[in-house]
Amino acid sequence: MSAEFLQFLFSGVTLGATYALVGLGFSIIYNASHVINFAQGEFVMMGGMGTVFFLGLGLPMPVAILAAIALTTLFGFGLERFAIAPARGASVVTLIIITIGASIVMRGLVQVVWGKEFHAIPSFSGDEPIMIGGATILPQSLWVLGVTVLLVLALRYFFEKTIMGKAIIATSLNRDAALLMGINVRLVLFISFGLSAALGAAAGILVAPITLTNFEAGIMLGLKGFCAAILGGLGNGMGAVAGGMIVGIAEAMGAGYWISEYKDAVAFILILLVLFFKPSGLFGKTGTERV
Amino acid sequence: MNKLKSARTGGILVLMAIIAVLPLFLDNAFQFEIAILIFFNAIVCIGLNLLVGYGGQISLGHGAFVGLGAYGSAILTMQQEWDPLLSMVVAAAFTGGLCFIIARPILKLKGHYLAMATLGMGIIISIVINTEDQLTGGPDGMYVDGLSFMTDQIQWYWLIGGLLVFSVWASLNLIHSPIGRALRAVHGSEVAAEVVGVDTTQYKVLIFVVSGVFASVVGSLGVYYSNFVTPDIAGFFHSIELVVMVVFGGMASTFGAVIGAAILTILPQVLTFLHDFEHLVFGLILMLTMIFLPKGLVPTIADFFKKGDK
Amino acid sequence: MSLLKVENLSIEFGGVKAIDDLTFTIEPGTIHSIIGPNGAGKTTLFNLITGVYTPTSGTVLYDDEGVTGFKPFELAARGMSRTFQNLQIFFNMTAIENVMVGAHLHLNRGFFSSFFGLPTIKEGDRHCRETCLELLDFVGLRDYADTDTDSMPYGALKRLEIARALASKPKILLLDEPAAGLNPAESREIDEVIKKVAERGITVVLVEHDMKMVMEISDHILVLDYGRKLTEGTAQEVRNNPDVIAAYLGG
Ligand SMILES: Nc1ncnc2c1ncn2[C@@H]1O[C@H](COP(=O)(O)OP(=O)(O)O)[C@@H](O)[C@H]1O
Ligand SMILES: [Mg+2]
Repeated sequence: MSAEFLQFLFSGVTLGATYALVGLGFSIIYNASHVINFAQGEFVMMGGMGTVFFLGLGLPMPVAILAAIALTTLFGFGLERFAIAPARGASVVTLIIITIGASIVMRGLVQVVWGKEFHAIPSFSGDEPIMIGGATILPQSLWVLGVTVLLVLALRYFFEKTIMGKAIIATSLNRDAALLMGINVRLVLFISFGLSAALGAAAGILVAPITLTNFEAGIMLGLKGFCAAILGGLGNGMGAVAGGMIVGIAEAMGAGYWISEYKDAVAFILILLVLFFKPSGLFGKTGTERV
Repeated sequence: MNKLKSARTGGILVLMAIIAVLPLFLDNAFQFEIAILIFFNAIVCIGLNLLVGYGGQISLGHGAFVGLGAYGSAILTMQQEWDPLLSMVVAAAFTGGLCFIIARPILKLKGHYLAMATLGMGIIISIVINTEDQLTGGPDGMYVDGLSFMTDQIQWYWLIGGLLVFSVWASLNLIHSPIGRALRAVHGSEVAAEVVGVDTTQYKVLIFVVSGVFASVVGSLGVYYSNFVTPDIAGFFHSIELVVMVVFGGMASTFGAVIGAAILTILPQVLTFLHDFEHLVFGLILMLTMIFLPKGLVPTIADFFKKGDK
Repeated sequence: MSLLKVENLSIEFGGVKAIDDLTFTIEPGTIHSIIGPNGAGKTTLFNLITGVYTPTSGTVLYDDEGVTGFKPFELAARGMSRTFQNLQIFFNMTAIENVMVGAHLHLNRGFFSSFFGLPTIKEGDRHCRETCLELLDFVGLRDYADTDTDSMPYGALKRLEIARALASKPKILLLDEPAAGLNPAESREIDEVIKKVAERGITVVLVEHDMKMVMEISDHILVLDYGRKLTEGTAQEVRNNPDVIAAYLGG
């Protein structure tokens, strides 16, 4: 493996881990509610911007991070409670537009309260690059990867072992049956939006030291997270993680070996190619539609 | 049936009357500018509504087709020194051709996968426009000569206003023809449409092309009117704005598309006095409307009167 | 000369054979019923015949033409139409518009004449509306003509599907449980409609659970079980077949 390749791979997996977390957020909300949340990227942005704000208040880093996640989670709860729940039964397109409205509101709010400037969060453990096989990796990248792995494992545990997690899965499989089984579907939806917002915020906080953040920082991250979720097969959590990694690595390789101007296009070219051949994503359910 | 027909003709007459009388109430160039912008947006939305509202196929990438028309015209007139009208036709043919090619694989997709694919396609086109600066001027945009025979704004007002009336009329013709019914059938139940002989793929492709051509023509005329084009026209936000107009006004309602375009073109202008709060308030209005009127304005109002009848 | 020939037809879903090596023929001008317990594969068979599903193996011959793998609309153009067990109504349209979609193949569908609203289109639609009104009348729904389908009762929608299918002027009409969910009075009306359809010379393929109805109107009955042919024959023959009795009483 050449050092150059390794270098691209490092930046690819770092990006990929972020997209994976954002994609997971899409999947969780989709599973519970069949809504595609176009404000997912704004959760990411709010995590980063919130941390900047709480650090500015003089809070220590860990406290600022937790406060930012808590704040974003509140927005997730609010989105479900005040926008999605009242629109129950609306068409897919209407729901998409409601979440787009929510994304505009969140960007508008952050811009009004915290301004339009770019901000940096200090890295969690210094900026001294680490040499591996002739390539370098930032300590913050290791944080991104490590925390992503932990979060993915924690989520697996949550969905496979806890009552609430199983209730979410049951609801996603069959909402009516879940209701009949006495599952509190409203609570499931509420929790899913909160969980998804918290995940988004975590992703935003993890990458903010690498990429800087401002009120518009969530837009592209959100769209690429959506790519990740679709690539892996909508609603398939592990698929979204794999999708995120694939998108991240493809993007880094594309930028490295191809033309860096087209870096942002790579994810979308990839998703179009995949969808043309596999209309329900790489790991999505295929089968004959029942009539 | 007759009632329906008279509602159609009545609607067109009201629209014509409004367009005819409106100049009396517009007292400066800026207000005419907004009116013309509404007409432009409304025409794109009428085309998009055929696809999204009637055909039930979402597109989050139609800004790109407006952009192709705009840049097609800009490049052909400025760099190839072609006649502007010929450039417009060639750009529309190119956009239509592209739509035709991508429609089959894209429209095989359903629901959110379709949303993703159209969104991705739009973003790719917009990135290309941003990046190929030799051709397009990049993010700074490019200057474009206008139509030599269009000398002042009021002429543009009548031209685009007239085109809007034509678009509404043609759209209503199409909806109320076997093609329009087949299209709505695709939305209602693809399998049921197929078993009575509707080639659903063919109609999806057709309407994708038609809506793309509507967008492209507006893009071309738009640059001739404003003499300038920037990549924003093909961007994600413009695409979203267009869909939002359609849904806000009411899906599967031609007049809804016009009203949605009108309100959402005016609203940001009205909200500018809020300065920094503009986007926040705009977002809130959008959310509240869609939460409380999920079918959009016109269908909700129509339902209200229908219930009043009984 | 048979109208429809199904030969060694099979389809698998995730390794499970829903239709398993099925062979039978349908003669023109008959009412041909297909019965069998729930999950036997009746709807799947309809989906295979009408091109909604593509078989894993086997062939379908229609009018002596191999039509395996044809799209539903291609078969519709050759005179095959159907209704659905689970309603497939165009809920975004009125009753008469639903039926008019059924007449799609018999209308002028030129793009430019439609776009410019030329008189030929309008004339065609006026005429189409007349014939579709007659069809609505035929199934007893004339009063619903301009009603939005989302406010029509279930029983009426079942009949609307038949009218829509008839509007395509089929030679063969496949009806998937047309009387399911209806009360006895409504069932009898459907019964009458089916007989009248057959009298028009249309070959009817019927899936129905109402045994009284099936035995009374069928010329030929095919019994399916687990995707395989249990037996076939006239009502008399099928009624006395011990396998059928076992399947129905045992299952
Ligand atoms: N699209 C499909 N995907 C997977 N399994 C299917 C599909 N369609 C039918 N099946 C299966 O095929 C079998 C036969 O079903 P069906 O044809 O609906 O039975 P019937 O109409 O006789 O009640 C069932 O086990 C059903 O679950
Ligand atoms: Mg069945």
